[in-house]
Amino acid sequence: MIYEEVSTESRARRTLSGAARVVLALKIDGPLVMGLGLTAAYGLVVLYSASAESMGVEVRTLIRLVLGTAVMLALARVSPNFLRRISPWLYFVGIGLLLAVEVVGHVHLGAKRWLSVGPVRFQPSELMKLAVPMMCAWYLHERPLPPKWPTLLTLGVIVLVPVGLVAKEPDLGTAALIAAAGALVVFFAGLRVRVIVGLLLLGVVAAWFGLRFMHGYQRERLLTFLNPQSDPLGAGYHIIQSQIAIGSGGVFGKGWMAGSQAQLDFLPERTTDFIFAVIGEEFGLLGLTLLLLLYAFVIGRALYLADECPDTFSRLLAGSTALTFFVYVFINAGMVTGLVPVVGVPLPLVSYGGSSVVTMLAGFGILMSLHAHRKLMGS
Amino acid sequence: MSPVRIKDLWREQRIFGRRALFASAVMALLLLALLGRLYLLQVKRHDYYSALSQENRVRTDPIPAARGLIMDRFGEVIASNQPTFQLELVPDEVPDLKGSLERLVKLRLLQSEDIPELIRTIRSRRSFDSVPIRLHLSSRQVARFAVRQFEFPGVDIKPRQARWYPHGPLAVAAVGYVGTINAQDLKHINPAAYAGTAVIGKTGIEAAYEKRLHGTNGFRQILVDAQGRPVRRPGVFAKDLEVKPPRAGDDLILSLDLKVQKVAESLLKGHDGAVVALNPWNGDVIAMASNPSFDPNLFARGIDEKQYRALVDDPRQPLFNRALRAELPSGSTIKPGLALGAMTDGVIDPHQHVLAAYAYHLPGSGHLYHNAMHEYCGQMTMRTAIIMSCDVYFYRLAHLMGIDRISAWLPDLGFGHRSGIDIPGELPGLVPSRAWKVTHFRNPAQREWFPGDTVILGIGQGYFLTTPLQLAHYTAILATRGLNFEPRLVAGIRNPRTGRIHWKRPVLQGNLTQVSAASWQVVVQAMIGVTTSLKWRGTAYWQLHDSSYPIAGKTGTAQLVSEEAKGASNEGSYHAKGTLVKLRDDAWFIAFAPAENPRIAVAVLDEHAGWGSTGAAPIARKVMDAYLLGADGKLLPDPGQAPYSAPAGLEPRVVPGVSATLTPLQAAAQAKAPPVEPAVLATETRKP
Repeated sequence: MIYEEVSTESRARRTLSGAARVVLALKIDGPLVMGLGLTAAYGLVVLYSASAESMGVEVRTLIRLVLGTAVMLALARVSPNFLRRISPWLYFVGIGLLLAVEVVGHVHLGAKRWLSVGPVRFQPSELMKLAVPMMCAWYLHERPLPPKWPTLLTLGVIVLVPVGLVAKEPDLGTAALIAAAGALVVFFAGLRVRVIVGLLLLGVVAAWFGLRFMHGYQRERLLTFLNPQSDPLGAGYHIIQSQIAIGSGGVFGKGWMAGSQAQLDFLPERTTDFIFAVIGEEFGLLGLTLLLLLYAFVIGRALYLADECPDTFSRLLAGSTALTFFVYVFINAGMVTGLVPVVGVPLPLVSYGGSSVVTMLAGFGILMSLHAHRKLMGS
Repeated sequence: MSPVRIKDLWREQRIFGRRALFASAVMALLLLALLGRLYLLQVKRHDYYSALSQENRVRTDPIPAARGLIMDRFGEVIASNQPTFQLELVPDEVPDLKGSLERLVKLRLLQSEDIPELIRTIRSRRSFDSVPIRLHLSSRQVARFAVRQFEFPGVDIKPRQARWYPHGPLAVAAVGYVGTINAQDLKHINPAAYAGTAVIGKTGIEAAYEKRLHGTNGFRQILVDAQGRPVRRPGVFAKDLEVKPPRAGDDLILSLDLKVQKVAESLLKGHDGAVVALNPWNGDVIAMASNPSFDPNLFARGIDEKQYRALVDDPRQPLFNRALRAELPSGSTIKPGLALGAMTDGVIDPHQHVLAAYAYHLPGSGHLYHNAMHEYCGQMTMRTAIIMSCDVYFYRLAHLMGIDRISAWLPDLGFGHRSGIDIPGELPGLVPSRAWKVTHFRNPAQREWFPGDTVILGIGQGYFLTTPLQLAHYTAILATRGLNFEPRLVAGIRNPRTGRIHWKRPVLQGNLTQVSAASWQVVVQAMIGVTTSLKWRGTAYWQLHDSSYPIAGKTGTAQLVSEEAKGASNEGSYHAKGTLVKLRDDAWFIAFAPAENPRIAVAVLDEHAGWGSTGAAPIARKVMDAYLLGADGKLLPDPGQAPYSAPAGLEPRVVPGVSATLTPLQAAAQAKAPPVEPAVLATETRKP
């Protein structure tokens, strides 16, 4: 038995396939990349139909995916120690950039979100999606867990300053996602359940106040969510049309490129925030279930990787990355199906456009780096 | 890695593991909730959302039905349809209604005066219906709009059929006209039934038979995208688009004879007046004219405010349908009727000679009632009194009859109530009575009926009022010796698909059986004398004595202004022709012919023409000539009409293009529509 075990293992080492060697060399996780790749491919198929067979959209999306993959691969090779050390720097640079947006930002569609450096346009809030959880993880890395009150207070400041700045742009969706990413780090650090409940209550109160300071369209979206039929051609139009699209798709869908809601322009923002409804209309309940299974696999794999990380920083950051991904999926799907208010959150890896694909893949790159380098961090 | 830190790495690992498990559980629950939501939307409510999705992309476009044709008894088309382009607007799709309309004014497609009424109309229609805002665009206007169309979302040019009256003003008094549906009309119609329809009957036949003429609109479902544009390859998204063809409205065959109608209208040219000719044996209206008149095409094409004001403000009142609505004293035309009543009631012996000198002296009163021209009548019997139109004789007759008998008798001759003709707008006239005077006057001194009131009724003056239609109706009753048929314009209704004609039966409203044959003989002979007796100075002798067929007639002169008033404005003795035109008397003439076997009964009103004989009698004669005489000037053979038989002469002559199997659209296209660009015609006829 012993002989056999040893020989099995040694043979396994020797018979590593070429692909496996590449995976090992790239410090990436095969199943996770596979899951991400399949999701992105599915997204490309849907996008072709949603964009009315636009090759331009396909090519641009592919370019972003390639770019994102490149960033992911690069980050996967970076040492977690380095990532941890630069976390505070990244965070403060990000804050600085957000302040810069406030001062010299580029206004587009009524929101000041962009910084222009030469020909490159860039959203600092995207950076903060990574920097905030990193900063939180960095801060908690050196402290005993579960965190005590002073630590929590500091973390609150770390999260709320960038969230406030982004919300002011205004970009409520991103702000919520940044807050979620930070909060999830704290959650994994072992925040007590009663504190969580208390914070949730506080959140409700804050939301109450937030409503009063929201921009007109933000408040409208929220109120429309509560009663979409009240103004069918106004703000409720999005939700009504997306529900019609999904509902009329049925179990098997109307078929690829045969969804009348999407193809005849009834579904607004069908390539971006509402692409989930296109899948529901054209591929039905089966298509959506397949997509959700893909997402579940990616999240599950990411959580598994996170659990394998040996140090606090890696674990917290990796766990937060995995759950943030879920938050994306859930908020987008919930919004399109009418479960949660309409907030501008894209469906990860499927929605067209934006730098979020790159950020998302960068996050997974970091996650894989944390996991792949775990043996090197032994001590 | 600070040495002072107390970190329990194993504990942290455990915490993370527990948290990850917890988070997984929460995520699993949320995913389940999401799947539950999807199940609800895609399985449970699938049918509901499928229907909504279908509704979203399928637009129902109305296909207006072709309006029924209106033709005369020989099938000559009076109202037809003509393919045209019109500007239509869907309120739901117009972002700025007022602004859009104002920009259309700048394009000279609308007039600024029409905007307020237009907005009212648009607001009152269903917001998703296409509302016509400008009918009958010329090809130049179509082009002018087409190049700017992108500036007008929700406004489009639609090929439609417009009403077209090929003869212009001819017979407008009977046929009426259609006009743009306005807010007022919408209160009375089902907007769904009129989706896509631009016009509705406003007066005359067009209004009275609106339901028949309108038909049933169809619809066509078309696939549209969110902007409302038709989709190119609809098969992918909707396989069963429905088309319901419209059902054309019924065609109406009028009793009118356009040849006679034309003569009547040409004779009235330059006069203000009316002509009504009836077939006494069934109530058919052979001609109905009112002058001045107007071109109904103005309304059918969407009259603008300026043109409308011009018609309304015209002092000669072209929109006023005199045939139905001119309520005037009958003058002496009432005398034969009163004579019949007096004989039937036995208050007078028609053959007794009565001295009728210059004036009638009402017993117990100092007032003298003169003959109209203060002439001397002499010894009068009833016959000669009618022939000469001796006023004094009839002052006495009326006095002998008394108001109660008169007010009971005249309604039997069709006076004082609507005749029942099948078009709206008829006025009832007035037969005065004691009861009427009590309710009509406030002043107690006036509420009493005075014998003097009765006396002047004898010559059709005083409170008594009648309309040209009523006088014609009355003449028809005289002609048939007592048969009272309801006047009617529509003789038959033709189903445009089968070509089958439903002939309407004449409606006999009454029969004056109480009048003896001898009484009829006296009156009819007297009326013949009016046109033939030189000896008794027949009042229409000089105009009618040379007719090739015998005519029974009666003149009348309706005095509009009392002699006292005239005297004041026109010093000296009173002569009908001597006064200002507007104060001049209205001339009446009633006649039926041939006298012993009448086929036509005519009433002519010639306003402000003076004496009935000179003004109105020649018109009546030419109208009768047109109906009774052939091209050779000889009396046409009697078609042998008898009461209750199917009216002869009503089989529609098959005019080219109006065969039984053609739809009104095709018929209209081939009928006397003015030349239309072939392209327009092509788009129209290609419609399924």
